[in-house]
Amino acid sequence: MSAYNFAYLDEQTKRMIRRAILKGLAIPGYQVPFASREMPMPYGWGTGGVQVSAAVLTPEDTFKVIDQGSDDTTNAVSIRTFFERTAGVETTTTTSDASVIQTRHRIPEEPLQEGQILVYQVPIPEPLRFLEPRESETRKMHSLEEYGLMHVKLYEDISCHGHIATAYAYPVKVEGRYVMDPSPIPKFDNPKLGDMAAIQLFGAGREQRIYALPPYTEVVSLDFEDHPFEASKAEHACSLCGAEDSYLDEVIIDDAGGRMFVCSDSDYCESRQAAGHKGKDAA
Amino acid sequence: MQSEALTGGFTDPAVQSAHAFRRMMEAMARPGTLHEISGAEPPAPLSRAAAVVLLTLCDTDTPVYLAGAMDCTAVRNWLAFHTGAPLTGPSRCMFAVGTWPDLGPLSAYPIGTSEYPDRSATLIVECPELDASGATLTGPGIKDAAALSLPEIEAFQSNRTLFPLGLDFIFTNGRRLAALPRTTEVS
Repeated sequence: MSAYNFAYLDEQTKRMIRRAILKGLAIPGYQVPFASREMPMPYGWGTGGVQVSAAVLTPEDTFKVIDQGSDDTTNAVSIRTFFERTAGVETTTTTSDASVIQTRHRIPEEPLQEGQILVYQVPIPEPLRFLEPRESETRKMHSLEEYGLMHVKLYEDISCHGHIATAYAYPVKVEGRYVMDPSPIPKFDNPKLGDMAAIQLFGAGREQRIYALPPYTEVVSLDFEDHPFEASKAEHACSLCGAEDSYLDEVIIDDAGGRMFVCSDSDYCESRQAAGHKGKDAA
Repeated sequence: MQSEALTGGFTDPAVQSAHAFRRMMEAMARPGTLHEISGAEPPAPLSRAAAVVLLTLCDTDTPVYLAGAMDCTAVRNWLAFHTGAPLTGPSRCMFAVGTWPDLGPLSAYPIGTSEYPDRSATLIVECPELDASGATLTGPGIKDAAALSLPEIEAFQSNRTLFPLGLDFIFTNGRRLAALPRTTEVS
């Protein structure tokens, strides 16, 4: 513990990240460039989220990390341990007990409260990147509010598949201005982005961008009048806790095509099971 | 340099700045909310809250403009010793500190560019009073409406029209602090 500065990063780096976070909150949905540091984990493992978490954590915080909703995966366990060792913070798996939650690709099922902070790990922060590879051009497109290309992409989905087939990293418009990539969360989670009571911070380490959503911000998923946005999930109930309102993972359980659907949010599923809810495959 | 410039900074920078930043972030994310921050004992006329903001956010990378009476030897030396921030005029600053009359006119400050709206100044406004009354605030970060004693209204309304460009404000009084980002509608 004493071998590290509190929360690993040096103070000058934290000041730089903190300035970026404040500008990000002042311009919701705009990607603020920042001088991302090398972290003791590979790019793609949440270096952006880790740097944002390091800049906002205080010693009194209770920290939770989820990876695709789960507290138990390698990424979640290693980042949780990282901050236990370098910041000495308490950690938890219970959503309501956490003051700072770092997440990879999910928003917890349980609604977040004021005072909580949700930190997203973002691989590609630029929603237009796969449509226009040049940063100089996408920056210009954001400055001119030129988002026609994104609507063309959604339209192509409809012309190929009959519906908008984009299922994750579904683009949103923030406060009627910036089109933003909500990170690869399933579009099931998109409606939770807007009007959330908690502060949402997004960190992309390799791409060196930070962006943010203040609480109670208007976030609209892009769509068409005749093809309205639809938050979709597998048409099943959780096999373990029976929940019908949660986002589900499909798990292959044998070589004969057997499969089950379980909540991707492990804390939500476990607390429901503890409260006596049972799904069809519950032990 | 007088020895008072050497005292009054953070005694435990990592932890004190972490606590201060969280309150500043809450203030910026929820415009109009009041927060107490502490940890600095600056020379007059710098308030404790403004000093903590400077200690938490400023270093050699951030040009600071000291407006009016704030531009005195005591504050210059204190800021130089504790942050190393270079001093500059309003047109090139990232942070400016002063009373509302001393800071004006707002047209002097960088408001960012359309491609980089984040390259805009943050003004730390020392207020004779700061409480949750007066102007009505609505916008991102505010559930229904908030109230804050602003030095005036018109300047913040015209700043709002510049969005996504514009200035962001942190108001300080003693240990108290509130913030007003460019997105907030003021009436």
